[in-house]
Amino acid sequence: MINLAGRDILHSWGKFVFTGVGLGLLIGATLTMAGVYRGMVDDAKVLLSNSGADIWVVQQDTLGPYAEPSSLRDDVYRAIRGMPGVARAANVTYLTMQVKQGGENASASDVRVMVVGFEPGQPGEPGYLVAGRRITRSHYEAVADVRTGFKLGERIRIRRQDYTVVGLTRRMVSSGGDPMVFISLKDAQEAQFLKDNDAIVNERARTAANPGLNRPGVPGLLEAIQASQTTSRSVNAVLVQAQAGLSPEAVAEPIRRWKHLQAYTRAQMEEILVAKLIATSARQIGMFLAILAVVSAAIVAFIIYTMTLGKIREIAVLKLIGTRSSTIAGMILQQALGLGFIGFVVGKISAALWAPFFPKYVLLEPGDALRGFIAVMIICTLASTLAIRAALKVDPATAIGG
Amino acid sequence: MRKRYGAGDTAVDALKDVNMTVAPGEVVGLIGPSGSGKTTLLKCLGAVIEPTAGRMTLGDEVIYDDGWKIDDLKALRRDRIGFVFQAPYLIPFLDVTDNVALLPMLAGRPNAEARRRALALLEALDVGHRARAQPSELSGGEQQRVSIARALANQPPVILADEPTAPLDSERALAVMRILNRMARQYNTAVIIVTHDEKIIPIFKRIYHIRDGVTHEEAGEGREIGD
Repeated sequence: MINLAGRDILHSWGKFVFTGVGLGLLIGATLTMAGVYRGMVDDAKVLLSNSGADIWVVQQDTLGPYAEPSSLRDDVYRAIRGMPGVARAANVTYLTMQVKQGGENASASDVRVMVVGFEPGQPGEPGYLVAGRRITRSHYEAVADVRTGFKLGERIRIRRQDYTVVGLTRRMVSSGGDPMVFISLKDAQEAQFLKDNDAIVNERARTAANPGLNRPGVPGLLEAIQASQTTSRSVNAVLVQAQAGLSPEAVAEPIRRWKHLQAYTRAQMEEILVAKLIATSARQIGMFLAILAVVSAAIVAFIIYTMTLGKIREIAVLKLIGTRSSTIAGMILQQALGLGFIGFVVGKISAALWAPFFPKYVLLEPGDALRGFIAVMIICTLASTLAIRAALKVDPATAIGG
Repeated sequence: MRKRYGAGDTAVDALKDVNMTVAPGEVVGLIGPSGSGKTTLLKCLGAVIEPTAGRMTLGDEVIYDDGWKIDDLKALRRDRIGFVFQAPYLIPFLDVTDNVALLPMLAGRPNAEARRRALALLEALDVGHRARAQPSELSGGEQQRVSIARALANQPPVILADEPTAPLDSERALAVMRILNRMARQYNTAVIIVTHDEKIIPIFKRIYHIRDGVTHEEAGEGREIGD
């Protein structure tokens, strides 16, 4: 038996292909939206993986350090190192900010990054480099993710200091997709917590004017207080690695209990990042996906319905000469599925082509593509029912006229 | 046979008293003014609409009998009735061969056999050289010959032709009539031609006039037009 749908598609392939391309761009947008969501989830997971930690110790009653602000004294890690089951523990700071490219005198544009302060050789260090070397000096060196656009040897300005990019890494991003810049912990503490000079002068004056803190009979007290006010002794979290073979939860529990700190395992951190931090964005994208699916269905239904109406006379003749209703319905269904297939192929290619140009990571997963393909086929099947209904209503007598 | 549309005060008797017989291999004309019931009769004969009352047989087989009808009217139309329309109504996305071969294929015949038969019919109708052409590439006369080939594709015992010469000039109209006459003889097919084309009416040996839904049999001129 002749494949009527295939012949019709071949006969008017131009119209079909152009319609499919239009639909494909819409499907491409839909796949990209799914890819944006997957990218956000992947960014969150990569962030956790790259930190090299099993446990995140943060300020009590916070969801820090990524979802909420968290502040700990930078000597807390020593006490944690002494806890049972802890292999390594290290301070880390995170600060999202605009970083100016080219140092102090640069007129170049700035870039939004997450500045990470870490201790070399400890958890929190960038996992691998794609160019350059690791930080070897205690100050003014940086390792940057390639997506920052920084190059080796380039100077970047963070707050009041210039840093030289000595190494480049890849796929080191915040949960928001901002690329990371790694600097030493001391530099990062200064960048994050150190007050500006005016504020320090004002604070010193305010402290000196306080009779409780500036006692004539206690020499050195005022200087000691002022010194403590200008030093930065805080970090955002302590990253902990558990000893091999131990459950992170078993290591985290005593930290929560005895140190009065919040300790999250990897699974809990993922829950915070995926279910809480990007939950609103995910719902937003879900709404977009739903709307795009409805729009795609409406477009397919409209196109197939219009194409069917354009063939009413042929359908009447087919029915008159004894063509079964199932054959006619099959023809329309196959055309709808064909349109969906062309649209999906165009959409998949389009999404793959434009995904790298998105400012944030777009992860196009094969599983999503498969689910998208099935959804497109279901949508096309449903959309064709309107046209099939119209075709089956055609009276074969209209072929005879009168 | 009778056919009534609607019911009650708005009922219309489109066919009041139809009585006609056509022998195998015979070509008869069915003529009448507009609104006389020609098309309704053609639809009843073509098993597209059901008569309200009466009896219709095709050979020994009863198609309708006072409200009773055979089960599969689609199969009847596909296998036992050929249709030729005023416009050829070829399927635009099938080439000439497949337009003709479609019917045998729908009847379940293998594609190769259906195409062989289609090509033989196209040769017989002098359009074999256009077998691979698309319908849009054919002239009006060629299209009409292809539509006749399609009507003959399943070797039906009867062909119903609805004004098949209306859009054609005299020469082409006579050519179509020659073909229908030849095919009726060759395949022993009864041909009923609905027409009010003055050019071809003298050709019929037997004519059914239909007026106000009533048929009247008349002898035609039976003018010879050759093969």
